Amino acid sequence: MDQQIKETISNEIKGNDVCLFMKGSPDAPQCGFSLAVANILKVLEVNFKSVDVLQNQDIRQGIKDYSDWPTIPQLYIKNEFIGGCDIIKEMFENGELKKVLKDKNIPHKS
Amino acid sequence: MAMNVKELEALIKEAFPDATVEIQDLAGDENHYSATVISSQFAGKSKIEQHKMVYNSLKGKMGNQLHALALKTKEKNGSTN
Repeated sequence: MDQQIKETISNEIKGNDVCLFMKGSPDAPQCGFSLAVANILKVLEVNFKSVDVLQNQDIRQGIKDYSDWPTIPQLYIKNEFIGGCDIIKEMFENGELKKVLKDKNIPHKS
Repeated sequence: MAMNVKELEALIKEAFPDATVEIQDLAGDENHYSATVISSQFAGKSKIEQHKMVYNSLKGKMGNQLHALALKTKEKNGSTN
């Protein structure tokens, strides 16, 4: 992976406690899976930074190499890759996501 | 860019011979699937590792030939978290 792209991605993930790589924006998601994860964060009232991978093909591919994960969206909390859409949905439904937010001291609706 | 259900199932079964695999073609277009994979190979692995194992079994087709695969993984004879 291009060193500059890697740094751009790394800066987003390290510079934002909650960082979501998605297709489109939270207000105008371009894919149902990205919509689902953005909505979960909204429901939990979590402040998050979103990165629209459709705006940059290098980031779109780069984030997949970075995490060794083949799909978008990808959610990072405090520099840790938490999961894609299926995992986040499952974690939301079984309460694990709230636990992770709490453990990592991320303000959210309890 | 599509993949039929038999091909998908064969790839997963090849990597997880003991697995119970259930696949649904969500849109009827051979491009949006959901799969539940239950295997003893998931024992002791995190969800991320479990999903990565399934993605790896698809040999790079995920995200390329295959647009969407909603995935559920469970441990055989274990917890279903």
